[in-house]
Amino acid sequence: MKARPVVLIAAALVLLGGSLGYVLHARQRNGGQRLVAAESSFTLDEPGLYYRDTASGRVARSPGVPDGPSCVRFHAGGDRALCLRALPGTPARTQAVVYDRRFTELQTVTVPGIPNRARVSASGQLLSWTTFAVGDSYAAGTFSTRTSILDLRTGYLVKSVESIPLTVDGARHHAADVNYWGVNFASDDNRFYATVSTGGRTHLVEGDLRAWSARTLRENVECPSLSPDGTRIAFKKKVSADPAAPWRLHVLELAGLREHPLAESRSVDDQAAWLDGETLGYALPAQDGKGTDVWSVPADGSGTPHLLVPGGSSPVTVPAASK
Amino acid sequence: MMYLATTGRRPDAPPRPAGQGRRVPGTVIALGAVSLVTDVSSEMVTAVLPLYLVLGLGLSPLQFGFLDGLFNGATAVVRLLGGRLADRGGGRHRTVAGAGYLLSALSRLGLLLAGGAAGGIAAALAADRLGKGVRTAPRDAMISLSAPPEALGRAFGVHRAMDTTGALLGPLVAFAVLWATTDAYDAVFVVSFAIGLFGVLVLVLFVPAGAVPGAGTAGAAVAAAESTSTGRRRSRALGDPVFRRVVTAAALLGAATIGDSFLYLLLQRGLDLPPLLFPLLPLGAAAGYLLLAVPAGRVADRTGRRIPFLCGHAALLAAYLTLMAPPGWPAAVLVLVLLAVFYAATDGVLMALAGPVLPLDGRASGLAVLQTGQALARLVGAAGFGAAWTWWGPRPALAVAALGLAAALVAAWRILPEREAS
Repeated sequence: MKARPVVLIAAALVLLGGSLGYVLHARQRNGGQRLVAAESSFTLDEPGLYYRDTASGRVARSPGVPDGPSCVRFHAGGDRALCLRALPGTPARTQAVVYDRRFTELQTVTVPGIPNRARVSASGQLLSWTTFAVGDSYAAGTFSTRTSILDLRTGYLVKSVESIPLTVDGARHHAADVNYWGVNFASDDNRFYATVSTGGRTHLVEGDLRAWSARTLRENVECPSLSPDGTRIAFKKKVSADPAAPWRLHVLELAGLREHPLAESRSVDDQAAWLDGETLGYALPAQDGKGTDVWSVPADGSGTPHLLVPGGSSPVTVPAASK
Repeated sequence: MMYLATTGRRPDAPPRPAGQGRRVPGTVIALGAVSLVTDVSSEMVTAVLPLYLVLGLGLSPLQFGFLDGLFNGATAVVRLLGGRLADRGGGRHRTVAGAGYLLSALSRLGLLLAGGAAGGIAAALAADRLGKGVRTAPRDAMISLSAPPEALGRAFGVHRAMDTTGALLGPLVAFAVLWATTDAYDAVFVVSFAIGLFGVLVLVLFVPAGAVPGAGTAGAAVAAAESTSTGRRRSRALGDPVFRRVVTAAALLGAATIGDSFLYLLLQRGLDLPPLLFPLLPLGAAAGYLLLAVPAGRVADRTGRRIPFLCGHAALLAAYLTLMAPPGWPAAVLVLVLLAVFYAATDGVLMALAGPVLPLDGRASGLAVLQTGQALARLVGAAGFGAAWTWWGPRPALAVAALGLAAALVAAWRILPEREAS
């Protein structure tokens, strides 16, 4: 009877020692800086394919060493780049960092959730990001997304697009479960496309920033990506109930709303990027199960997928500076 | 360690005559300590799991949602099974509960060993849920068997307060580990495993095994309560008309609750609360629950559990009505306080209400039936409110929910037995 406290204290010491040892070991192993800034030589001046390098967690220009900033998601347009970082600790928080061409930090916004999607308009004036928020065990067990839009012309930040008046199939829609993700801007720096989900369905939604309204165009469209000429939208379409492989990349012609599947038959969970007017880039889980590779496929449904960057994600084509 | 110091002394203290104990029985404190330690362990993992799966492993949100929702339905069935197993063979409560705690602790090792394999992670999460489902009813049965019937409210209050303390501490511990290791999720799993194992050890060392845990202190009282219910021995719990009325009332009221997440969402919208502060809402309610659980239990012991249980739901009704008033900080604080009152006056109190109604050898399975019925009813209530919100908008939905809860309250007033230990 008297031995019980002794046994308990001894066990506590052993478990505490073991835990502490493991924590110190992990600290040693993970040592070094987590968030690194870009090297001074790394700029957007050189045109080409930029992406996030999985091994270093930094942005790179292909081909080359990853000298860019540490990001979980990356995108660039015009004179601006957008980098999403995960802040350490819980609950999950995301830092959206806006850079200029030389990767000088212009603005930093912290939002709750895990980094998910990042987009910059072709002009570099509009930025949007989506984080994926998880209710803690007191609140809901389900996930939700939070999408923000930042207008650099006015400095105005829309913290959550959810407040936009939404019209679904012609009728004004109110629901608690409305979630937006994967915003993509048109070249007029006013219209945008995104996914809206409500009542268990996803829709392609067209939004108008000035009028501050949005309407759904079509069902079963996720992560839209507008072609550089503004006539087509690449998106992932849910084609299977199998949770391991639910999506297939499609392209939708905005005039006439006709769609066709792409030659990529594997399930892609990414917001595809137009590498040029005819080619799409996207990330797929790597063969070894660690990280992702960047692949490309023709936008017209022909051809075959082509491995572009092993160990990469967030592909984006940076054109030559138009100055 | 404070709790452990107390528990270390308690079992050695001379047995007190039943009914006079001004102190909470040692077994209840020990079970509270087990729950506290276990909740630290499990809330650590809950807090980091989404980060680990999505950032660490690169799983998509959809896959995460799938993994997360996969076993929620199965918990209800497992809980019923846990109750049955504990009752069979005359009180294997500690063994069944201990197996549940151990399984959950071991599941952290499973997370560690699974690496990035989705199948392994799913199996580890399943093991955790299985353990949680199995242990709940035997644990509550042990609490109800350890304290004299007239002090059950306070006993459950103490247990729930300790349980909530652990739930509040868990994310802090996880944060500390992530901060110290620059986001080594595996270190969180290892520490969680060690803490979980410690919880099992506290259970084994300080919670007495046997048909009637804590027989020395409360055996006489329990036996006295039992003598009135010998006619119901070995009968199926739901066959008892008094217990059936308790379950019916709890399920009716459960179906009229809208779910906390909706409450918090309404609060956040009303206040236009910065999203980074959103986690403070459930934290505030949990802190209030922690403070009020013991006083509410004491009141329940004095007045009988029926009144506080109904008043708790009246507090929830008041919270709905407050949400319909013009928003503002005073209203928000009032809603959180009312929510805390609701939990303090209903959660442990319901167990204290139902416990004495059930026969000794059917207590765990009876409590499991009650908890499962209430949980399923709440699920239906939350789903219904979500649908009402979509169709009519938040305010009309809230009005309907308030009407529904008022009706359920009137019904429960009539259905609930006047004297619990009839």
